[in-house]
Amino acid sequence: MGRHVLLIEDEPHIAEAIRYILTRDGWAVTSLDEGGAALAAIRREVPDIVVLDVKLPGRSGYEILDDMRADPALSGLPVLVLSANLPREVPAALPGRGGLSRFLAKPFANADVLAAVRQMAGA
Amino acid sequence: MPASKPPKFLARNSYRRRRMIDAARVLPLVASFLFFIPVLWRPSETPEPDTARGWIYIFAAWVVLIVAALVLSRLLERAGRGADEVADDAEGAP
Amino acid sequence: MVPFNILVAVCLAYVCLLFVVAFAAERRAEQGLARWLRSPVIYTLSLSIYCTAWTFYGAVGYAARSGLEFVTIYLGPTIVMAGWWVILRKLVRIGQAQRVTSIADLISSRYGKSNLLGVIVTLICVVAATPYIALQLQSVTLSVGVFASETPEGWALPDQGATALWVAGGLSIFTILFGTRNLDANERHHGIVMAIALEAVVKLVALLAVGIFVVWGIAGGIGDVIDRVNASPIADWPLKPARWMGLTFVAAAALLALPRMFQVMVVENSDERHLATASWAFPLYLMLMSLFVLPIAVVGLGTMPEGANPDLFVLTLPLANGQGKLAMLAFLGGFSSATSMVIVCSIALATMVSNHVVTPLWLSMRQGGVRAPGDVRGLVLMSRRVSIAAILALGYTYYHLSGGSAALAAIGLISFAGVSQILPAMLGGIFWRGATRVGAALGLSVGFGIWLYSLYLPSFGPDGLLSARILAEGPAGIGWLKPQALFGIEGLDPLLHAVFWSLSLNTAVFVGASLLTFPNPVERMQGLAFVNAFDQDPGVRGWSRGGVEAEDLLTMSQGILGADEAQEFFQAEAARQGKGGFLPETTPEFIERLERRLAGSVGTATAHAMISQFAEGAAVSAQDLMAVASEAQQILEYSTQLEAKSEELARTARALQEANDKLKDLSVQKDTFLSQISHELRTPMTSIRAFSEILMDPELPGAMQQKYAEVIHEETIRLTRLLDDLLDLSVLENRKVQLTIKAANLHDLLDKAVQAASNTRPERSFVYNRDTAAEHMPVITDTDRLLQVFINLVSNARKYCDAERPELTILTRKRGGRIIVDFIDNGTGIPRESQRLIFEKFARLTDTQRAGGAGLGLAICREIMVNLGGNILYLPGQGGAAFRVSLPVKPESQQSAEAA
Repeated sequence: MGRHVLLIEDEPHIAEAIRYILTRDGWAVTSLDEGGAALAAIRREVPDIVVLDVKLPGRSGYEILDDMRADPALSGLPVLVLSANLPREVPAALPGRGGLSRFLAKPFANADVLAAVRQMAGA
Repeated sequence: MPASKPPKFLARNSYRRRRMIDAARVLPLVASFLFFIPVLWRPSETPEPDTARGWIYIFAAWVVLIVAALVLSRLLERAGRGADEVADDAEGAP
Repeated sequence: MVPFNILVAVCLAYVCLLFVVAFAAERRAEQGLARWLRSPVIYTLSLSIYCTAWTFYGAVGYAARSGLEFVTIYLGPTIVMAGWWVILRKLVRIGQAQRVTSIADLISSRYGKSNLLGVIVTLICVVAATPYIALQLQSVTLSVGVFASETPEGWALPDQGATALWVAGGLSIFTILFGTRNLDANERHHGIVMAIALEAVVKLVALLAVGIFVVWGIAGGIGDVIDRVNASPIADWPLKPARWMGLTFVAAAALLALPRMFQVMVVENSDERHLATASWAFPLYLMLMSLFVLPIAVVGLGTMPEGANPDLFVLTLPLANGQGKLAMLAFLGGFSSATSMVIVCSIALATMVSNHVVTPLWLSMRQGGVRAPGDVRGLVLMSRRVSIAAILALGYTYYHLSGGSAALAAIGLISFAGVSQILPAMLGGIFWRGATRVGAALGLSVGFGIWLYSLYLPSFGPDGLLSARILAEGPAGIGWLKPQALFGIEGLDPLLHAVFWSLSLNTAVFVGASLLTFPNPVERMQGLAFVNAFDQDPGVRGWSRGGVEAEDLLTMSQGILGADEAQEFFQAEAARQGKGGFLPETTPEFIERLERRLAGSVGTATAHAMISQFAEGAAVSAQDLMAVASEAQQILEYSTQLEAKSEELARTARALQEANDKLKDLSVQKDTFLSQISHELRTPMTSIRAFSEILMDPELPGAMQQKYAEVIHEETIRLTRLLDDLLDLSVLENRKVQLTIKAANLHDLLDKAVQAASNTRPERSFVYNRDTAAEHMPVITDTDRLLQVFINLVSNARKYCDAERPELTILTRKRGGRIIVDFIDNGTGIPRESQRLIFEKFARLTDTQRAGGAGLGLAICREIMVNLGGNILYLPGQGGAAFRVSLPVKPESQQSAEAA
């Protein structure tokens, strides 16, 4: 229970790496490779945490995040945002309070991803 | 500012050119006049044969006209080159 | 006596010569060596189609019957030419400014671009010209008959119909070949004009030669001729004043209104100043053509046997005196007169029929209307070709049915009277702003109707098309409606009677209706533009900006002008506004110019209809109307100056705006460039780092180890490629690149590019449309770099073309020392707003395809092309994504080195 991750990432190799890292830790990982269908997938899958890339085909990760926060049913869902952009371009305050969202820059250490997911999903 | 009215008195060149243009306008009237003169002769009412005389007259008038048109077109062209700064067609529409 | 088969051989040789001359002229014009083709001498000679076979043979016959009266036919045009400054100069100026394609187009354009008027004028011209064409066929047939029969003055022909048919067929082939090469009727038909000029010389030389032979060979010089005149049946000049003046007037009117004269005088005119030369040279030509007519007639009447046809004296006199070669020359002269008239006449009529009847009909019947016209160009060309053939067929049929009746002899004057019905609408249109469309339409119809009823139909003889009873007693016995004695005026010469009534009622109705009706805004604007044709710029625009997309206009124009010409025009217009690329701002000024350009191809009315589909509801603004209404010349002048200034300002502002945008973009670009580089570098790095950490896990199964190592390898390569691209780009941008200039065959380069790109999405079947024959041309440049550009474009097409059956069309050609290669796919293309961006770094439009580079491909292509002295542009309006690569045939530096 409480170990379901929805991974939204369009780079196949990065997605594969994250899936390996999380699966090995006992998480069930569902992945999606574009942004357009993201919200529907989140509602359908009801994950414990969403790992979200920023630069996605279809819709950007930030847009998806904004929509999630505007939706009462999804506003409490933790989101780990991954981005390869310069850190200074990342909005100072990610939408969502109380540590519900966190930002991780690419390239990342595998241990950091794992730690962030564990901590945010409260497992 | 450019003058809002065309100047009343023109330079010599432009003046010449204007008169050449007048001549060009009159030329078709001269042509009609020359070619319609035989109408006044009433050649069929005179006893002597007139066709040969008419033939000579018509072609002589024709040659005169051609020479006039030639001279005029040359003059117009020269005047046009000399007086380019004058609005080409201040005379525009009648 | 010349054997018949030699005649046929000489004839064929002469026709071949015409073909060669026309073809050579076209070639030279294509190569841009056409300067002397546009000399005033050629222009004057081309006007000589006024002198048809009717002049060449008929004038002598006319003189033999009525003495000097025949000269009126040439005096009228002489008066008009002498007065060129008043009417002709204005017509030519208007014709060029409005890109008028025919006399029907002139009338239609003047009266509010009304197609109805175009149709009426076309109808008049076709009806009047058909018998005239028949007359030409008849004259050739008769003259052939003179040679074919045993006796010189004989009439019997083995097969008259066959001769006429051959001539009609040959002429239609010649005319179609050289008359429909360009769609733009406003462009000069160099080949045809050249051939006509040659024919003009032949007929003049032939007639002069016969004349000289007759005066000094048969008669004993001028004195003897005068004696003979005095002794002849036409010694006393039966001058009828009314006829003399009336015929002069009708001939003058015909010179202005005959479609073929309008074609050579206005449409084919390339320089207004040629008129100045023609003003004396053309009367000289006419004078020389008529000089010996009377002597030939008189000597013919005196020496030829009783009953010989005076219409053929030009031929039979030399033949009867054993001058076979002279007769042959005379025959060629007559042949030239007939053929040149038929050629130009059928071109002029075909242009009218296709522009005013076929195209509007087709557009109105077609689904989707004029908005998406598709290949109008092909349609118009085809309809023009068919019309030429049809008009000649009509002429032939008329000839065949009338059986070469004597009625044909009078048809020249009847035809003149018919076309002169256009004169009131024409002169009213260019000198009187108050002339309206309704007035013109009514006047034309009334004049045409009376002419038909009182002259044309009776010309078929009693019980021809009108029964003898109607002729004698009027319809239903109403005496004052007798065709040849309208309103009870009897005893007038039928021709004068018809001309008098038709023209005076025509004019009266035209003026009266114009005074009573109110013109619509477009009419008023066109009226202003025509009447004030010599003002620099009337300052009135027909269009206001209506949110037209330049790309839509380009797509439509390509269907009419052809792709090349439309693109050139749009590019030039964009450059005029200070913009690069193919899409100018759709300013009212630009739309107006585009409309004129299109009018040069399909006629004013159609062009207007097409444009108004795009700029609809915005045709005339209140401000424009104020300008029209304002009679104060000063205000107009002042506002014109202001407008010129504000236009200048607008152009500068536009250029500045664009430069500013570019600068802003540049600084934004610099930031985004860094961020994008970071993103592009970090993405492969992320995979590499993550998988190397995973590989450190000792428990990882062997198969996975292998797989993940491969991923790392792949991503490293991607990283390297990115760095290579960046380096490449920086070298290219700094112009420090070392070029290796080699010669190659463009075809081979394209082959290699297609080959190399085939591993991009190899699973897709991809169709290439190439014209391999055209591709074989040498190119001297850095061929490796050029190949790099080609590969990039081909693989982009393979990657991004989203059509179900993707196709890539590669078009190559050489133009003005540059090689141009277009790559056009059939996908959805690139949206307008992105077209400017695609050549920027990292400007990848979609993220779906990760396989390729980092979005540097087109940026590199652009830099390469700049380094090679060429460029690469996005070509809008082609249906799919389209790129145009152009580069010099050989490097600039090398060219200048060779030139030095």
